[in-house]
Amino acid sequence: MKKRYAMAVDTRRCVGCSACVIACKTENRLPHGGFRDWIVQETSGRFPGLSMEIRSERCNHCSDAPCVSACPTGASHLAEGGVVLVNRAKCTGCKACIASCAYGARYVHPDGYVDKCTFCLHRVQQGKRPACVETCPTRSLTFGDLADPGSAVVQLIHSRRNKVLKPETGNRPNVFFLA
Amino acid sequence: MDAITRRKFIQIGAAGAGVAAVGSGLTTRWWGLDGDPVEDPGTEGDRVVPTFCELCFWNCGQLAHVKDGRVTKITGNPDHPLSRGMLCPRGAGATGLLYDPDRLKRPLVRASKRGEDVFQEVSWDAALNKVGEGLLRVKARHGAEAVALFTHGFGGSWFKWFMKVWGSPNIGAPSYAQCRGPREAAYTLTYGAPLGSPEPIDIENARVITLIGSHLGENMHNTQVQELADAVGKGAQLVVVDPRFSVAAGKARYWLPVKPGTDVALLLAWMNVIVEEKRYDAEYLAKYATGLDELKAHVAGKTPEWAWPLTGVRPELIRESARFIAAARPASLVHPGRHTTWTGDDTQRARAMAILAALLGSWGRRGGYLSTGAVSLAGYPVQAPAGAVRPAADKPKQGGYPVADEVLASGLCDATRPGFAMYDMKAWIVYGTNLMQSLPAPQETVKAVQGLDFLVAIDVLPAEICGWADVVLPEATYLERDDDLAAPRWKTPFVAIRQAAVEPLYDSRPGWWIAKEMGKAVGLGAHFPWKDAAEFVETRARASGLDVAELRRKGALAGKRIATCEEEGAPPPISTESGKIQLHSAELAKLGFDPIPSFYPPEEGPPGSFRLLMGRAPTHTFGRTANNRLLAEPYPENEVWINADAARALPTPVRNGDRVMLVNQDGVKSGPVRAKVTERIRGDCVYLVHGWGHTARGLRYARGRGASTSALTTRYKVDPIMGGTGMNVNFVRLEPAERSA
Repeated sequence: MKKRYAMAVDTRRCVGCSACVIACKTENRLPHGGFRDWIVQETSGRFPGLSMEIRSERCNHCSDAPCVSACPTGASHLAEGGVVLVNRAKCTGCKACIASCAYGARYVHPDGYVDKCTFCLHRVQQGKRPACVETCPTRSLTFGDLADPGSAVVQLIHSRRNKVLKPETGNRPNVFFLA
Repeated sequence: MDAITRRKFIQIGAAGAGVAAVGSGLTTRWWGLDGDPVEDPGTEGDRVVPTFCELCFWNCGQLAHVKDGRVTKITGNPDHPLSRGMLCPRGAGATGLLYDPDRLKRPLVRASKRGEDVFQEVSWDAALNKVGEGLLRVKARHGAEAVALFTHGFGGSWFKWFMKVWGSPNIGAPSYAQCRGPREAAYTLTYGAPLGSPEPIDIENARVITLIGSHLGENMHNTQVQELADAVGKGAQLVVVDPRFSVAAGKARYWLPVKPGTDVALLLAWMNVIVEEKRYDAEYLAKYATGLDELKAHVAGKTPEWAWPLTGVRPELIRESARFIAAARPASLVHPGRHTTWTGDDTQRARAMAILAALLGSWGRRGGYLSTGAVSLAGYPVQAPAGAVRPAADKPKQGGYPVADEVLASGLCDATRPGFAMYDMKAWIVYGTNLMQSLPAPQETVKAVQGLDFLVAIDVLPAEICGWADVVLPEATYLERDDDLAAPRWKTPFVAIRQAAVEPLYDSRPGWWIAKEMGKAVGLGAHFPWKDAAEFVETRARASGLDVAELRRKGALAGKRIATCEEEGAPPPISTESGKIQLHSAELAKLGFDPIPSFYPPEEGPPGSFRLLMGRAPTHTFGRTANNRLLAEPYPENEVWINADAARALPTPVRNGDRVMLVNQDGVKSGPVRAKVTERIRGDCVYLVHGWGHTARGLRYARGRGASTSALTTRYKVDPIMGGTGMNVNFVRLEPAERSA
C-alpha cells in the first residue's frame, strides 16, 4: 500500500508555546526569519463571551498541491508518502509557488531557493518522528500514514471532529485540526 | 494511479515547456522516480550528551547533539521524569544562548565610575585578585556577614558553598520574596511544609483543575503543561480565574474575569457556597483538619452576592463554578500558582487557596496534592570552618515578616541602606540574577548598589546588573559545564546529572571553577578540595551507591516509586505542630494576623489609569532570554494588552499595533511598546510580559525592545507575614509614542 503521510493537530491540547517552531528551526538549520511552522491564535466573541482556537500550522502537503502545478522548473514535487518537497537544485526562487499557496507555508531562503516543511522526511525515512512532533510538550501533534487504518493519525481523524484549513480551495490538505 | 486531473494535465504541459532547462524533469515528476533528493540537514549529533536545562528553573532533562564540536540541537531526554523526552521552546532554543554573540567573553574590571558601564578586559588572575581584595577588605572592616549573595539557578550551589565557607548566612534568591514566597508561607501555615519546586501536584489525574491567576501554558513548566494537556485529553475541565482571557481560560469550562486584587473575596464566596451547601468533605476534615467551625462562621454572609460588586464576577457564575469544583472532589485540584507576589496580602490569598484545597479533601489524594520523595545523596566529604556567624540581616532592625522561611533578597537589598537591619551589607556577589529586573523598584536597587564597597557579578550575558559591578566574571553556559547532581522531590524520586556538551567558549569558565578560585583568592582554598565538578559529582554518586557510568550515559536515574496519595496507601502529608490541617491558624492569630483570610479592597489608581499586570510568555524566562535570537523569532518583544473598548475610549484612541508609552503613577515612562488591542482582558488593567525593555548596552539584540515591567514597578507593597514584595500595585497611563523621524 502506498503511504500517504498526514498530521493531526489537537487544538484542545495545544497551548501555542512554539516549541514546535524552535525544534523545527534547529533540526532543519533554518535561517533567521525563516519558518516552516508557526502558531496561530484565533479569538472570537466579545469580552467576556470569548472563545479561542490555537493551531500549530505548517505546509498542508496537499494531495492536489497548487504549488507543484505552479512550479515551472519541477523543483516543487510530490515525494514519498505524498510529501511536498522542493528540490533546491532545480529551484530558481521565482516564487510562483509562494503565490499559489493559500497557507503562506513557503518562504525564500537567503540562499535563493524556496523552503518549506518537509514533514522531516529525512527523519521519517529513519523511523523517527518529525522534530516538531517529537518535542511537543502537549503531545498535540500526531504524524502518521493515512493509508494505514491502524495508525494513530487515522484513529484520531475518525474519532474526533476535525477540519482542514480552507477546504474550499480543493487542495485536499493532509494536515487535520482536531476540535 | 489516480485518473489524470485537469491540474495534473496542466502540470505536465508546464513541465514540458521547461524541459530544456531541467533536463529529465518531465518524466521523473510524472512517475515520482527521479533523483530529487530528500535533504538531510545533518543536525543529528555525532555525540549526544545527556544533561539538564538551565533556560529556566524547571531543569528538564535534555540531550545535546554535538557535531564537529558544535551543539547543533537540543532534544528532550526520554529518561528524565520532568521532560519525558519533550521540551518547551526555551529548552529547544538553548543553542541561542550558547552561541549568543553578546555573551560575556572575558573577565572585566570597572574602568570608570560605578554604573557608567565602562570596563576593561583583564586576565582571570587579575580579576580574581580584585575579588579577593574586595571581599577581604569588607571582611576586615565589617565582618564576613557583610557580604551578601544573590543567586538564581542551579549553578548557584557552588557559590552557596563559598558563602558557607566564608561565613555569611546572607544568601537570598529573588525566587522567594519576589515570586513563590507567599505561597510557601501559606502552605507551611496550613499543612506544615512549603510546596517547593517542582510542585507536588497531580494535574494528570485531576478531573477539575482550578487556576487562580496561574496562566499555565503561558508559563511553560514543562511537566505541568504536559500533564495539563493529558488531563484535558482525558476530559478534565478547567476553571480559570484571571482578569485576562489566558490560553488556559480559552480551554476552560468556566472563566471568571476577576477584578485584579480581589481573589480573596472570590475565594471566600466559593467557600461560602461549599460550606453553606455542605459540599465539603466532612469525613476528611473531621479526620485531618482543625478550625472548621471558625471557618464556617468566618465565611457566613460572604455570599456570591456579597462578592459580586467586589470582584466584578456575576453571582450565578461564582455559585455555579463553586458547585462544579466541589462536585469533582477530591480529584479537584486548586493549583497553588507560583509567582504569587501581587498586592501585599499574598500569603493570605494563598492561604485561602490552601484552605479551599482542604475543603475539597484534595490534600494527599489522587488528582490533588501528593506525597513526593527524593533520592538521598551523600555529601562530598568536606566541612565548612566552624565559628559563630551572626543571623541573616534581611529584615528591619525592629523585626518583622515572622513566617519567612527563606532569606529575603529584597531584604538584603534594604540591608545595604545604613542602619536598616541589624548590620549593613557592604559587598554583593550576584550570581545569575539580573537584580535590576528581578527586584522591584530599580531606583532603590541602584541606590543600594551605589552604597556598596564591592560588587562582583557572575553571569553568562552582560545583563544590567553587570553594568553596575566592580568585577564581572564570565561564566560558561550550562551546555559548557558540569554542575552538581540534581535530586528534587518528585512523584518518582530521581537523580539527574549535568554534563558539559562542549568546551567553554571564549575565556568563560564554569561556576564550580570560579567559586573554587574565589575560595583560593580569599585564603580558603582548602575548603574546595575537589579536583573539578566531575570528581565532586562522582564522589557523591559513588558514596550514594549510584552507578556513575549509567548515570552519565542516561542522564537521569529513577529511584523507587513511592506511594504518593491516600489511594496508594500514603497518609496525607501533614506536618503542622498539631498534626492537623490549619483551616484556622492559631499561629497567625498569635502573631497578630488574621487567622482566616479576610478581604481588604485593593487601593485604586489615579483616574484614567490602568493597573499594570505582568506575566510570562512561553518562549521566554524573565529577562534572561530576551537576547536569545532564536527565541526572539516567534516572540521578538512584549506588547501591552489593552481592552478594545478601553483603547477606543482613551483621549487619544489606541489601535491594535500602535506604539505607545506607558507612564506610571510616579511619572516613570517606558520605552515605546506595541499595543495589543484585544477583547481578552478587562478594561481596568493592562498586561505586559515581564523581562523586556532592557537598557544594557551589551545586550545588543534585546536593548530597547518592548517595555520593562520592572522600570514601571516603582512601588511595591510588602507582605507583612513573610516579606514578599507585592508588585501589581502600579498604575499606568497610555501615551502615544512620539513618531520617529
